[in-house]
Amino acid sequence: MTENFFVYLLVIAGVTYLVRMLPMVLIKKKITNTFIRSFLYYVPYAVLGVMTVPAIFTSTSYLISAIVGFLVACILAYLEKSLVVVAASACGAVLACELIIKYFC
Amino acid sequence: MKEQNSFLKGIKDGIPICLGYLSVSFAFGIFSIQNGLSILEAVLISMTCVTSAGQLAGVPIIATGGSLIELAVTQLIINLRYSLMSVSLSQKLGGSIKMADRFLISFVNTDEVFAVSSGQSGAVGKRYMYGLILTPYLGWSIGTLIGAVAGNILPEIVISALGIAIYGMFVAIVIPVAKKERSVALCVALAIALSCIFTYVPFINKISSGFAIIICTIVASTIFALVAPLPPENNMEEVSAND
Repeated sequence: MTENFFVYLLVIAGVTYLVRMLPMVLIKKKITNTFIRSFLYYVPYAVLGVMTVPAIFTSTSYLISAIVGFLVACILAYLEKSLVVVAASACGAVLACELIIKYFC
Repeated sequence: MKEQNSFLKGIKDGIPICLGYLSVSFAFGIFSIQNGLSILEAVLISMTCVTSAGQLAGVPIIATGGSLIELAVTQLIINLRYSLMSVSLSQKLGGSIKMADRFLISFVNTDEVFAVSSGQSGAVGKRYMYGLILTPYLGWSIGTLIGAVAGNILPEIVISALGIAIYGMFVAIVIPVAKKERSVALCVALAIALSCIFTYVPFINKISSGFAIIICTIVASTIFALVAPLPPENNMEEVSAND
């Protein structure tokens, strides 16, 4: 582990903490501004979308196994299965797909 | 106002969060190893940040030696929602919670901790909050350790399959909400379209991943905050996305 890592750690942990800590310590009033509330409402979903697509397609050894895993995740998520079930099923689908590729292709 | 201040009740409420975190952080541990971080580095990040999306965006920047500014701004944007939750939660904290406690409680104010504490009727006390944050914090740290160790010893084909786990969880968070809220679905679609542009279009794809995440997120969220704002008087719980 390099000294450099600790500088990165300080930044990532420091910013994350300040964002959480300062408002709880300093602000006591509720945010009423509709734009700010709405913006903050959309941010988590937009972030997750951006981070998932297209990165998910390069998260496994083959594009095809990633596509299969992605589709399985989408279908189960649409059926409102739990986080763990969706993720584990996506992993299972990828594994099955890659075993087929390894032994039959 | 009646104050919920039982440590045991806090522990009890925290256990489901802890179990959820074990699996998400396991996936984060795997992800970190895939990106070239060491086991200790992965665990240290989890123990000091306690946030999934921020950590996931941060790891590639750290692993590739990206700029510190990029890392800081990415974390600021991705974690900005916490400031709103902290504002909200600060108003539910009872009289037993002193200033010093606020410094510690805010450290583990995750989406789920926020959601559960917001769901209590009346104020929440010091002992309840410490009970509530204890097991999720342990789950998050230990899950990362197990994932990182597994990432070092499991065969490659299993690691490949586990590599999709964290994205599977993201899909599981977004789709049920997008199914019910058309505006969320459209916002996510726009964000994904922008993300693809930043990945595939020549020249634009030279922009580093952290900044691309920031730009796509701000553009999509701003547009939808303008065209599809929340109704006034909306409850804070709605802002809690699962992390």
